[in-house]
Amino acid sequence: MTASVSLRLERIAIGSLVETRLSVAPGEVHCLSGPSGSGKSRLLRAVADLEPHAGEAWLGEVAQASLPAHEWRARVMLVPAESHWWADSVGEHLPRTSPADLAALGFTPEVLDWQVARLSSGEKQRLALLRAVSREPAALLLDEPTANLDDATTRRVEAWLVTRIRERGWPVLWVAHDPAQIARVASHHWRIEGSELLEVASWT
Amino acid sequence: MDVIALSWWQLALAALMVVALAGCTAALRLGMGRSLLIAAARTVIQLTLVGLVLEALFAAERLVWVALMALGMLLIAGREVMARQKRRLLGGWAFGIGTLAMFLSSFTVTVLTLTVIIGPEPWYRPQYAIPLLGMMLGNTMTGVALALDRLTDTAWRQRAVIENRLMLGQRWQEAVGDIRREAMRSGLMPMINAMAAAGVVSLPGMMTGQILAGSPPALAVKYQILVMFTITLGTGFGTLAAVAAGSRRLFDGRERLRLDRLAAPRH
Repeated sequence: MTASVSLRLERIAIGSLVETRLSVAPGEVHCLSGPSGSGKSRLLRAVADLEPHAGEAWLGEVAQASLPAHEWRARVMLVPAESHWWADSVGEHLPRTSPADLAALGFTPEVLDWQVARLSSGEKQRLALLRAVSREPAALLLDEPTANLDDATTRRVEAWLVTRIRERGWPVLWVAHDPAQIARVASHHWRIEGSELLEVASWT
Repeated sequence: MDVIALSWWQLALAALMVVALAGCTAALRLGMGRSLLIAAARTVIQLTLVGLVLEALFAAERLVWVALMALGMLLIAGREVMARQKRRLLGGWAFGIGTLAMFLSSFTVTVLTLTVIIGPEPWYRPQYAIPLLGMMLGNTMTGVALALDRLTDTAWRQRAVIENRLMLGQRWQEAVGDIRREAMRSGLMPMINAMAAAGVVSLPGMMTGQILAGSPPALAVKYQILVMFTITLGTGFGTLAAVAAGSRRLFDGRERLRLDRLAAPRH
């Protein structure tokens, strides 16, 4: 998947959300915010087809339902707020990763030999982003990607993510709470109000 | 050599000792007396009844009756598999998958053993068919129940890991692979342990019975080896089928983990 394509949500309905429509152009970041429990994470899960939902998501001309689910998820990749790991060492989860990316997130290549059990929550979060990005998806769904990070690290991760997003032309849905972060990364900002998704601001 | 006949008063002596054991546990407030006595009473009643049924079955020697008996055993085993699972699949799937897996493996292996290996005349001769099937079903039931229980319970507890693997674009088979392996292991482990310990740590019950009944030990050993192999085959293929079908049922057509298809545990 090298050609950049847009991500479109057509009448997606899940939980209390009804008929969500949204179009994310290649290389654009759309931030989603809203009170906790308003269904931000569930909306991302619906776009990744992890939960039964109404409506359809499109990646360019490819519909969600037209691909086998695992292929869709490999292209439209969801990074959850809390990551989970199945093997003992970090390296087993990151078969293809470049030292440059590791360095950009503040790791040395030795991290690949570390035990997952001794990672801090912030380290897990950064490595989970790397784990997703290293699989070369075509679009990203990020659920509070910097929730466990301090300010300096947050900036660093943001900068790395935004560079990669622009470079690859990924359309991105990014759940965020911090208005400052939204102002820094987003080209559009949507807020969940009750059962609807309302556009708050646009910077394009 | 003939078997020494046992009379009811001799059994009563053994029963008296079980009652004494129940009395001791009651006196020590271990809370086991009641269930011990109930289980002992069930043994007496169930085995007496099955003795009567077998007497009739042996006398009749008709395929229909043997098949009916086999079906009854299978359904009871299926119910038992379902009852032994903490979080079982809803909508009859727990019973269906368990019963079908046991039917496919136990019945096929038993019929093959009877027709190809032992070869009694006729092949369904109840004296061979019923005990063989009983041993197969009993062990397959344990294997299938352990494996399905482990599968559903682990999937429940590791739901976040499975879903994270799905999010990374893995197929459902890959996302649940470790859990399937674990489930297979727990289903097969009792049988592998039994084979490894056979004759060294434990004298298998069937062989002991045959020797008590007057068979030469060499023949009893051959039968025991045959039975252990067939039981392993039945348990192995039964567990394999149950784990394959059970794990498939945990996911829907869009490869989503569907834990809403599991029942809440009962306490």
